[in-house]
Amino acid sequence: MNLDFTPEEDAFREEVRTFIKENYPAQLRAAQDEGRTLTKEEYLMWHKVLAKKGWVAPGWPKELGGTGWTPTQKYIWSEETAKADCLPILPFGMSMLAPVIYTFGTDEQKKKFLPDIYNGEVWWCQGYSEPGAGSDLASLKTRAERVKGDDGKEYYIVNGQKTWTTLGQYADWGFFLVRTDPDAKPQSGISFLLIDMKTPGITVRPIITLEGGHEVNDVFLDNVKVPVENRIFHENQGWTCAKALLAHERTGIAGVARSKRNLEKLREISGTERSDTGGALISDAFFRRKVAELEIDLTALEFTELRTLAGESSGKGPGPESSILKIKGTEIQQRLQELALEAVGHYGAPFLRDMAKTNLPIGPDYAEGLAGEMFNGRKTSIYGGSNEIQRNIIAKMVLGL
Amino acid sequence: MDFSFTEEQSMLRDTVAAYLADHYDFDKRRAVVTKEPGWRPEVWKAFAEELGILGAPFSEELGGLGGGPIENMVVMEEFGKALVVEPYLGTVVIGGGFLKHSGHAGAADLIGGIIEGKTLFAFAAAEPKGRYNLAALETTAKKDGAGWTLNGHKAVVVGAPFATHLIVTARTSGGMRDAEGISVFLVEKGAKGVTTRDYPTVDGNRASEVYFENVSLGADALIGTADHGLPLIEKVVDEAIAATCAEACGVLRKLHEGTLEYTKQRKQFGQPISSFQVLQHRMVDMFIQVEQSISMTYMANIKVTDDAERAKAVSAAKVQIGKACKFVGQNAIQLHGGMGMTDEMAIGHYFKRATMIESAFGSVDHHLARYEFLSLGKAA
Repeated sequence: MNLDFTPEEDAFREEVRTFIKENYPAQLRAAQDEGRTLTKEEYLMWHKVLAKKGWVAPGWPKELGGTGWTPTQKYIWSEETAKADCLPILPFGMSMLAPVIYTFGTDEQKKKFLPDIYNGEVWWCQGYSEPGAGSDLASLKTRAERVKGDDGKEYYIVNGQKTWTTLGQYADWGFFLVRTDPDAKPQSGISFLLIDMKTPGITVRPIITLEGGHEVNDVFLDNVKVPVENRIFHENQGWTCAKALLAHERTGIAGVARSKRNLEKLREISGTERSDTGGALISDAFFRRKVAELEIDLTALEFTELRTLAGESSGKGPGPESSILKIKGTEIQQRLQELALEAVGHYGAPFLRDMAKTNLPIGPDYAEGLAGEMFNGRKTSIYGGSNEIQRNIIAKMVLGL
Repeated sequence: MDFSFTEEQSMLRDTVAAYLADHYDFDKRRAVVTKEPGWRPEVWKAFAEELGILGAPFSEELGGLGGGPIENMVVMEEFGKALVVEPYLGTVVIGGGFLKHSGHAGAADLIGGIIEGKTLFAFAAAEPKGRYNLAALETTAKKDGAGWTLNGHKAVVVGAPFATHLIVTARTSGGMRDAEGISVFLVEKGAKGVTTRDYPTVDGNRASEVYFENVSLGADALIGTADHGLPLIEKVVDEAIAATCAEACGVLRKLHEGTLEYTKQRKQFGQPISSFQVLQHRMVDMFIQVEQSISMTYMANIKVTDDAERAKAVSAAKVQIGKACKFVGQNAIQLHGGMGMTDEMAIGHYFKRATMIESAFGSVDHHLARYEFLSLGKAA
C-alpha cells in the first residue's frame, strides 16, 4: 500500500498542466471569469480542443478513441482540469449515452453516432424523468407505438412529456426512455430511443429554477415519428441500457477534484473577508473549525473514491458502494456553497444578474453569484437518484437489508 | 405565566392575515418583486390607512395602537407567511425604535409620519469591512459648528430604495472597532451628498449601497447622545432581531406546511411519498425545529424589553432561528424534489428568504459568540 506517484505519472501531470496552459480557449476563460451564460459554441470549445488532442474521452475503450489511461492518470487528469478551472465536458453524449451505444448498439449505430459525440458535433440531451416519474423512474408513461409508415418503413409514434432536461434548449438529439409495452411490468416494457430534436411534434419549454437560471426544460412529444432503427438494444429492454447508463453516471460523481478547488477558493475568500473583530475570517475560531471539518470530510471522500478506483483497476466494477460517493460528494459540494455564501456576509444578498458594472461596485467580485450557486446546488442531492434513493440502494444492495 | 394573545393582538393578526390573503398572494408578489419599483406603495398606504398597523408598537399619545414587541411579532409573523417586502422592519421597528428610545426632539412628528405612511426609514449600519460588528465603523461624522459632516459607505441597506430617511451609524471619535465614539444620525435620503446604488436582493427585496460625501447635517440630526450611541443601537437592533425571528416563524411554518402538503400528494412507487418513514422522520425533525423556533421567538420578544436579559435572549433566539432556517429550508426543497427547484413554486421563495434571515443581523456564529461572551462575562 502506498500513495506515491511514479516518475512517469509526475511527467504526465506536467504534460497535462502544460497542455491546459497552452491550449485552454481564451474566449471561454474570459466568459467563465465574467460569470456570464455561455453560448452553445463556448460550451463546446474546450471539448473540441480535447477531441483534436485525443483526450476528450478518457472513459471510452481505447479502440473507440479512449485514452487508455490508468486510473491514476485519470485521477491526475481530473485533478489538473479542476485546478485550472476547466469547463467540465458535457456529460450527456460523452459519458452518459456513448457507453450505452458502444455496449448495446449495432455497428451501424456506433458508426453513425459515436464520431459526432467524440468531436462535439452533436449536442445530446437526456429524456428520462417525467412529471410523474422521478425517483420511481420505471413508472414512466411516455408512450411509443410501433406503426408502418407510408414509405413502408417502421416507426415509433411517441407521445408524452419529459422533464428536467438539462440544457435541452441547445440539443440536436436526445436519448429517451419510452414505454413500448404498456401491459408489461414497469421495468420490462421500456425501450431506449434516440430522437432528432428537430423532428416535428417536439416542443422544448424552459423551466426557470429558483435562482433565476434557465438550465432545465420540459420536453413535450406530440406524435413524434422516430425510425425504428434509432432504438438502441432490443424493444422492451431499454431498462437494461438505462441501468448501465446510471452506473456510468456515477463515474466522477464525487466531484472530489472540483471540491478541492472550491475549498481553495473558500480559503481565499475567507482570507480576504474580515471577521467581526477585524482579523481574517479564516482566523475566526468558529469559521476555521467548519472549514477544517469540511476538509477532513473531503479527504475521507477522496480516499474512498481512490479505493473505489483501485477496485475498478483490479477488475471489480464500480459497485453500489459508489452511492457513497454520490451522497458524500453532493453533501460536501453543498456545504462548500453554504460556507462561501456565509463567508461573504452582507454581500451574499445582492442579486446582480442583469446589473451593469458601474463605478459604484456592489461588493467584491468573488461574492457575486454565490447565493445563486448555493440555491442551484440544492439540485445535486435530488438529481441522478436522490440521496434518499442512494441510501436505499446501499441498504438493499450493500447491507442486504 | 401566560402565552396567550390579548383580544386586540388576535384581532391585529386576523386583520393583517385577511388583508394579505386578499392582496398578497404568491403570484401577485412574484410579479411585483421582479419589476420596478419592487414594492407596492399602495399596499403601504393600506397598511397605514385601512389597517392602521404602522402604529402598532407606538403609544396612544403618539397616535399609535399602544403596543410593543408582541405587536411587532404578530405583524411580522404574518408578513413572513406572505413574504411581504414592504419595509415594516426598517421603518416601524428600527426607525420607530430609534425615535422612541432616544427622546429625539423631532420624534413625535417623525413617528406621526411613520404612522401615516409618509415617512419611511432604512437602517444604514453595515459596512463592507465590518461584518456583523455594529461598532466596526469607517463611516465618520465630524463636528462642524453646531452640526456634523458625514462621509462613508454603507453596504446592503435593505429597503433604502423605498426610504425617505436613513438612520446612519457613524464614528464620531475613537478607532474603527471601539465601543465608544459611535453616534446615530437621521439623514434625509435626498440630502446633498447622498448617493445610492439600488439593486434587487436574492430573496425578492431591494437594497442599496449608500455613499455619503461631505453630507452636511444639522445639530438636530443626532439621535441619542454623541459618542455613546452603541447601547441604543444594540437595543434597537435586538428589537429588530426579535421581530425578524417572528418573520422567520412565519416563513418556517409555510416551509413545513408546504412540504407536508406536497408529500401527501406526490406519489412514487404507487404511494404518497409521505408514507415513507425516512421522510416522515425528516418532517418530524422539521416540525421540532419550527416549534423550537416559535418558543425562542416568544421568549425573545418577551425579554426584549428587559435590558438586563435582552441581549442574551435575542442572540439565543437568533441562533435557534438561524439553524432552523437552514434545516427546514433545505429539507423543504429536498422533499419537494425537482419541483422544489423551480421558480414557479412558492417553496423556493420561502427557502431563499429563510436563507437570508439566517445571516440577517448576524449569522449563527456571530450570535453564538455574543451569547458566549455574555454568559462568560467580559473576562472571556
